[in-house]
Amino acid sequence: MGDRPHIEVQGLSVWYGGQQALKDVSVAFPAHGITAVIGPSGCGKTTLLRSMNRLLETSGEVRISGRVLLDGTDIYAPKVDVTEIRTRIGLLASKPFPLPMSIYDNVLYGPRIHGLCRRDNADATVERYLRAADLWEEVRDRLQSPAHALSTGQQQRLCLARALAVEPEVLLCDEPTAALDPISAQRIEDLLRGLKRHMTIILVTHILRQARRLADFVVFLWLGELVEAGPAEQVFNNPCNERTRAYLMGDIG
Amino acid sequence: MERRLAFRRLTDRLAGCSTTALSAATSLLAVAIGLVLLARAWPILTTRPLGELLLSTTWKPLQNAFGYYPFIMGTLCVTGVAMVIAVPICLLTAVYLAEYAPRRVYAVVKPLIDVSAGIPSVIFGIWGVIMVVPFVQRIASSEIGRSLSRLPFFQIDNPTGYSVLAGGIVLAIMVFPVIISVAEEVIRAVPVGLREASWALGASRWETIKYVVLRHAAPGVLAAVILGFSRAFGETMAVMMVVGNVPQVPRSLFDAAYPLTALIANSYGEMMSIPLYDAALLGAALLLLVVVLLFNLSARLVLMRIARYG
Amino acid sequence: MKRLRRLEEYLFRFLMGLSLVIVLGSLMLILGTMLWRGLPSLSLAMLTQVPKGGYYLGEEGGILNAIVGSLCLAGGATLLALLLSLPVAIYLHTYAGCSRAAHLVRLAMDVLWGIPSIVYGAFAFTIMLWIGLRASLLGGIIALACLELPIIVRGMDEAFRLIPSALSEASYALGATRFETATRILLRQATAGLLTAVLLAFGRGIGDAASVLFTAGYTDRLPDSLLRPVASLPLAVFFQLGTPFPAVQQRAYAAGLVLTVIVLTLSVVARWLSRRLMHHVVR
Repeated sequence: MGDRPHIEVQGLSVWYGGQQALKDVSVAFPAHGITAVIGPSGCGKTTLLRSMNRLLETSGEVRISGRVLLDGTDIYAPKVDVTEIRTRIGLLASKPFPLPMSIYDNVLYGPRIHGLCRRDNADATVERYLRAADLWEEVRDRLQSPAHALSTGQQQRLCLARALAVEPEVLLCDEPTAALDPISAQRIEDLLRGLKRHMTIILVTHILRQARRLADFVVFLWLGELVEAGPAEQVFNNPCNERTRAYLMGDIG
Repeated sequence: MERRLAFRRLTDRLAGCSTTALSAATSLLAVAIGLVLLARAWPILTTRPLGELLLSTTWKPLQNAFGYYPFIMGTLCVTGVAMVIAVPICLLTAVYLAEYAPRRVYAVVKPLIDVSAGIPSVIFGIWGVIMVVPFVQRIASSEIGRSLSRLPFFQIDNPTGYSVLAGGIVLAIMVFPVIISVAEEVIRAVPVGLREASWALGASRWETIKYVVLRHAAPGVLAAVILGFSRAFGETMAVMMVVGNVPQVPRSLFDAAYPLTALIANSYGEMMSIPLYDAALLGAALLLLVVVLLFNLSARLVLMRIARYG
Repeated sequence: MKRLRRLEEYLFRFLMGLSLVIVLGSLMLILGTMLWRGLPSLSLAMLTQVPKGGYYLGEEGGILNAIVGSLCLAGGATLLALLLSLPVAIYLHTYAGCSRAAHLVRLAMDVLWGIPSIVYGAFAFTIMLWIGLRASLLGGIIALACLELPIIVRGMDEAFRLIPSALSEASYALGATRFETATRILLRQATAGLLTAVLLAFGRGIGDAASVLFTAGYTDRLPDSLLRPVASLPLAVFFQLGTPFPAVQQRAYAAGLVLTVIVLTLSVVARWLSRRLMHHVVR
């Protein structure tokens, strides 16, 4: 796959109040493909994910040290524009949060804010990204109805369409199927599998089987520390670390 | 043991019945108030068409002429001015407190605003007399006032300062705590995930507030404004002390007005001697009750719905 | 484009700051004005004497009648409101559960909360006429109790709501009846909240003028009977301000200061109490 890592985390430590959630984590995320971040709950998976689009700093008393490089530039550097970083790095949250507006406006929310949406191509944009999220056929007749009227599974795909509409290079997925029924979850997985050719996907999941199904690379965290990272095949079949082996076998975590 | 259990059960049953009965009774208090006022206002409601009562401008109890129109307009004008002043200030403050305020600022400002909600209305009244009325009077007699005077709603025929504007300013400050605390609570209750969804798309803080947070909180914010409105609408003392109490339809911010509440408070002592006077005053109270009740009920239903469905 | 976006945010942040300054500034201005105008004319005599002959022309005397009267009015009303609201709050949390009835009662209380005090005054006065009661301490207490009732119920409702349901479930599991659970668990756990609600209601009652205007009347004597008129601080302020003599108006400011101090002290104590006692409560 990619020669150079797309995102590189260097010596990242995060404290919530007095509690350290990430301990000197250094890991590289290769370009394209799906990297699954696995580990038991409370091990810092979500923290790591949220550090990569600087959502961490929005939640109160957080202290962050270390660097996160996106294409070689540190996103925590003083002069960096946060909104630009977040435009380049999309997020699919664990629960769908449709914005309080119509389906149509939800998809266009990002493009409009960034001034990328011209009036004459708005309809085409909406259709393109709804198709990309495999939602077009279901909602084409009710684009103007409020987004929260959709089912949870549809809402999550709408959120995906919304994220794709700003053309991010990286898509962060925080347990994107946690709130969904198995069939909706399946569709999200299929979509992610299709998207990995065009973008780097970082998937936080606590479902080992999901990681096995989707991941090209695996990062294993344990109590805020990085234990092992590598190609999926190697980590799953032949882990170097004892703790990884125990976790994969179901002995711990 | 058996008998003790039976006794305990009996106490429980009795307590259940009595608390239920008492709850029902107190809940019906609002209805009771409405009915009592209606009963006392009945003589005037049956002898005069409602249209005449509400729209006639003559209030001459001695000649049996009872037109609420000037008083209704007085109340509406003063309350309207108060809301025009209070709503933008309160909403901006509420957004600041809910979205931007650092924890330390919040910890100081919020209790201050809460505590000030308890300041008695008479105090607002005194303050109005000491500061606001002279202030309005100064504007009215100044160069600015004279140039403003050419605009509609700004003519200066009343140089005293006891005016709609003075009442509006005092009322606006009175409803600050009401609107701010409800609106702030509603804005704060917008799910964090919604904000994050917007941030994650590269929206700035303000864009998120403008397009997502406020839109989501809109019904609750409206309810906050309505609660403030009905508080201002029913306020008596503070307004009465600064609006001048002249029974006329105010034409300008600098005109005196005579709100419904002040009418009741000022005339209640003398009502006995004149037939129908008392009915007319209680009719005014009924009118006040109905309007405030409607506004309050709608606002509360909205807030309840928000609390239940998130 | 980006410039404009940022400019808009700065503009609104500026407006927000301005609004906050206006809100806090005006509230501070009110307190400051009360202190500045009230303090000079405040004296020991004002607090310890009843009005003597010619008081309203600027002669000797004080507002002890109004201070004591207000305390009696608000005290009586709070007691009465407490007696009525405690059962309602208990009903809401033990007997009604999450039923429709509980919703209705809460809604009714919210509605009562919003009724203007002048309407309570008019209502109470009408009732008084029917039962043949003249303007008196008792009449004032009835009007104020109506006004305070929803305040206390809401305060208690919130205090009870903070109690984890596991606690009352534990009590039920031991075989206690609902009444026993209410009196032994809920009341004890929520003492701080109840006290806060009572203090806030008392503060609201002592400051209200419109409802006691014709129900309690006014007198220069100390309150001596439930059936005689009684003076109150807000009305003392109002009437003294209405006289044409500057010396008497000065006293209105002083009376206003006394009232403000009482109300703010109550409010601060109530808040401090609720935060303080909350530490000892099982969550």
